[in-house]
This record gives sequence, C-alpha cells and structure tokens, in this order.
Amino acid sequence: MSAALSRPQVDAVAALAHLELSDAERELFARQLGEILHYVEQLQAIDTSGVPPTASVFAEVTDRADEPAPSLPRADALLNAPDANLDAGLFKVPRVIG
Amino acid sequence: MTPTVREIQGAVARGERRAVDVCHDALSRIDASNGTLNAFITVTHEHAMARAKAIDAHPHRDQLPLAGVPVAIKDNICTRGLRTTAASKMLEQFVAPYDATVVRALEAAGAVIVGKTNLDEFAMGSSTENSAFGSAKNPWDPARIPGGTSGGSAIAVAAGMVPLALGSDTGGSIRQPASMCGVVGLKPTYGRVSRYGLIAHASSLDQIGPMTRTVEDAAIALNVIAGNDPADATSAHEPVTDMTARLSSMAPDRLRIGIPRSLLEQGIDPEVARAFNTALDTYQALGATIVDIALPHAGAAIPVYYLVSTAEASSNLARYDGVRYGFRAANEHREQDDLQTMYSRTRARGFGSEVKRRIMLGTYVLSAGYYDAYYLKAQRVRTLIRRDYEQALQQVDVIAMPTSPTPAFRLGEKVSDPLQMYLGDIFTVSANLTGLPAISIPCGFTADHLPIGVQLTGRLFDEATIMSAAHLYERQTSWWTRVPNL
Repeated sequence: MSAALSRPQVDAVAALAHLELSDAERELFARQLGEILHYVEQLQAIDTSGVPPTASVFAEVTDRADEPAPSLPRADALLNAPDANLDAGLFKVPRVIG
Repeated sequence: MTPTVREIQGAVARGERRAVDVCHDALSRIDASNGTLNAFITVTHEHAMARAKAIDAHPHRDQLPLAGVPVAIKDNICTRGLRTTAASKMLEQFVAPYDATVVRALEAAGAVIVGKTNLDEFAMGSSTENSAFGSAKNPWDPARIPGGTSGGSAIAVAAGMVPLALGSDTGGSIRQPASMCGVVGLKPTYGRVSRYGLIAHASSLDQIGPMTRTVEDAAIALNVIAGNDPADATSAHEPVTDMTARLSSMAPDRLRIGIPRSLLEQGIDPEVARAFNTALDTYQALGATIVDIALPHAGAAIPVYYLVSTAEASSNLARYDGVRYGFRAANEHREQDDLQTMYSRTRARGFGSEVKRRIMLGTYVLSAGYYDAYYLKAQRVRTLIRRDYEQALQQVDVIAMPTSPTPAFRLGEKVSDPLQMYLGDIFTVSANLTGLPAISIPCGFTADHLPIGVQLTGRLFDEATIMSAAHLYERQTSWWTRVPNL
C-alpha cells in the first residue's frame, strides 16, 4: 500500500470532493495520500473483532420537542452570499437548466 | 509582567483601574508586537474601547467575573458583526451574523474582546503556518513556529497582549501551542463547552477552551464558558461546579499520577524528556505517587485520529461551495461554466493545500469500498483507546505525558512533509478521541530558552482534578512567571 494512488483514483476522489486540482496537485496528493494510507495500514494489525465503533463519546440523548422557534433572519442569512437577490430573498447560482 | 485575569477583574471591580485603561494597554501591546508575531488577523480597536467604556459604566461591574478583562478569540469562533475568517481565503470577507455561545458568555461576564487570532486554516495543522494571513511567530524565537492550530491565541497570552484567549482543540490545538509558547492551555471534556458558533472541523473531536498564564485564570474562564447550551445538541447537562473553589484543595499525598512508560520510550527530545522527569520529581517531592500504567492502544492514536478527523472534516467542509457565504471563484468562461464547475473551482481557489489534502483523504476513506477498512476500523480502535484510558483512570487520578515530543521547531521545517507534522500530535490526540479533559502547563525551558509543557489528562467532566493538580505544580515552580523578551 506504500504506492502512490493512481491518477484515476485521485481524479475520482477529487470529483467526489468537488475539488478542481492542478496537475502539480494531482501528482503531490497521489504521492502524499499514498504515504499516509500506508502509514495508517498499521491499524489492520489490531484485533477489533467484537469491538463496537465509537462515532462520538457523547452519551446523552439529544432529542428535543419539535417546536418552532426564532432562527436567523433571512436578510442576515443572505448578507455573506457572494451573489444574492436581497429583495426576493434568494441565493443566486449559475444557470442549471439549459 | 502583565496582570492576570484575577488581578484585572479585581482591580476593575474595586474601581482601582478603569476598563478603558486596561483595554488601551492591551491594544498598545498588540500594536507594538503584532507586526512581528502576526498573532491577530483582526484587531478590534474601536469595538473594544466602546465595550470597555460600557463596563466602566456598568452599575454592577463588581459582580462580573471577567470585568474589564481583555480577551482574544481564535478566528474560527463567530463574533457577530466582526470578520471571522478561519484563516481561510474562503472566509476572508465573512462577517458572522451571530455570536458563538462562548462569546456571548464572555461578554455577559464583562470581558472585552480585543481581536481575532491567527490559526491554521480551518484549524488544520500543528504550526499556524497554514494560514491564508501568513505564519504566526513564536514570541520566544520569531524564527520558530508558535505551535498550532491556536497559535495566535497562545502568542497573545505569552506575549502579554491579553491575559486570556480562547482556542479550539481538535487534536491538541489548544495544548500544543500553549506548551510551545509557555502558557496554560485547557481542553475541557467533550460536551463541557458549547460548540455553537465554532466553525466545525471534526465535530466529534472539537472543543473550545481557555488559554491563560495561570491555572487559576483558566478555571475562572471555564466557569464562564462551561454549561449546557440548547443550541449545541452535544453540550452536556453535567452540572458545572465552581472550578476555582477546589483549586487549592488537592492533598498532594493522595494524588496518584499515571505514566504510560512504553509510550514514552522513544521519539522524545532529550530536553523535553528531562523537563518532564523533573516535573515528576517535583510531584513526588510533594508526596504524590507515580504509577506505571499501560495504554496499549495509545500508540495507534495518530492513524485513528487522521482517519476520523479527515472523514469528519471532508463532510463539514462540503458547505463551502460559493453559494451561501464566502468566496466564489469568478466566472471566467461565462458560456461554459455550470454549477459543478463553479463549486469545484471555488473550492480549488478558496482552500489552501493542507485543507485540500485532508478533504481528499477524508473523502477517500469514506468512499465506497474503503469505508470499512479505514473509517470503521479507526472507529473500532477508537473504542479500544477509550477503554485503555478508562481502565488506567481507575488506578490513577491523572495521566501525565509531555504535551509535545519536541519544543517549537523552525518555520518551514516540516511544511513539505505532512506525515512528519502529524506525528508530533502523538500525546495530544488521545484526549480528543476519548473526550477526556486535558491541560498543558509550563514545566521548563530548553537551553535555547524555548518553553516545554507537561500535559495532565483526567476523568470525564473532572476538570477540577487536573486543574488542582496543575495548580499544585504551578505554585511550586516559577516557570509560569517567565516572559519572552519582545
């Protein structure tokens, strides 16, 4: 597993992550991710049969009543948008439908 | 030496000093050395002076636990109306529309926020070199890193700019820079402090905590920021007792300190090892018992941490897509650019290299076919690490380790080798994986005058024990009184 990731592997991950990579980055990440994945291989030697996974150490039940309450006003929510129609209360994105 | 939280609060509450004068002093010290140290991304001169004025006019300022205390906030914690960047180009112009719960708590307690501190972008790194606003510098030697990711907050306290700063700690980001800058850094138990308004890195690991010059000051700050918050579903209902009340109640002859010997056998700088052993001698001379303990899976903490944290980060950072807030890459080919291209180009240009690397790694380990082998495996080993600590803490009150295996390294020394940078987190990441509280306090200096820290880890929600054990040591030593020449 010490081998670098392949170019198609890197491209597939970048596509999943919505990241446009330069050729230099593709090469760098292929090598570095390969090294890191090789390093974490050591976990495979640890016997975890019958061991439950820990997703979080937090043990409390966090359900609460589903009641409406005031939240961030729409105008405030739009303030940091790179493109928005403040009057209509909408975020704007590039055209999706041709 | 600049005054502590306790001293400032007392003087302002008794009317001996005006909050505006305290604030003016803090801003002057920031202005004098921030150009060299790059501790602050934003300094809020006018906002701070207005707040200080309001404290001076406050009819009950004698009842405010942080009356007139200048505070610095790590710039991944939201401050309403103030720029909050996470040290990323992605959020360079982001003005938070609401306050983090900890910020509201600090201000309600009379604190005066003087600025937002530098960090590694989105709190990913160990050196505060991964900042879109430039590297921060260690006040003990500006050719060296301050540690990270809360490097700016550590510098602000070490350099006497403020007596209290907030940091966040996902894998050591409060404790390691505290160690490298010679200050106190506390990572509270997971759930002890609300994360509402903290820009998420890895949600099961992130925790906000105080950085101060004394343990007592950290206890005062924790009193203010701890407690349940309905806005954070992972903030605990555990009662918050007065953290300062028990500080001096530790009976040293009943203190049992666990040392994971096999974890400390190699890879530790000789000067760090010597300072650590001398700290243990100090505890023994006070009557504490040193107990050898085993943490058989703690050596696997780094791979577990970098699988869990990057998986969570890749999910958390999906929100930065150029739509709702922050940076959007300019549309260069108006005809061809579609929504997908806008997303991926925005993320390509808005994120720095370490953030991209971690998003890539996290996306890979969560992807179909790899999930079980990497992410799920890491979560199972995480359980084993938790069990190790639970068992050890049945035999001892606290577990002691060096905070960092090395003192502060030189700027640029490790930037090209991310894995080497990750390995330096070996002693800090376990507290995040287990949720346990941990504190770093100064325990010596190298021959080159670089600070060294010792870390104490305790039981869940038992910050009182690690803080009183730390306080005991601090009162026996004078490391904490040393300040860098600026």
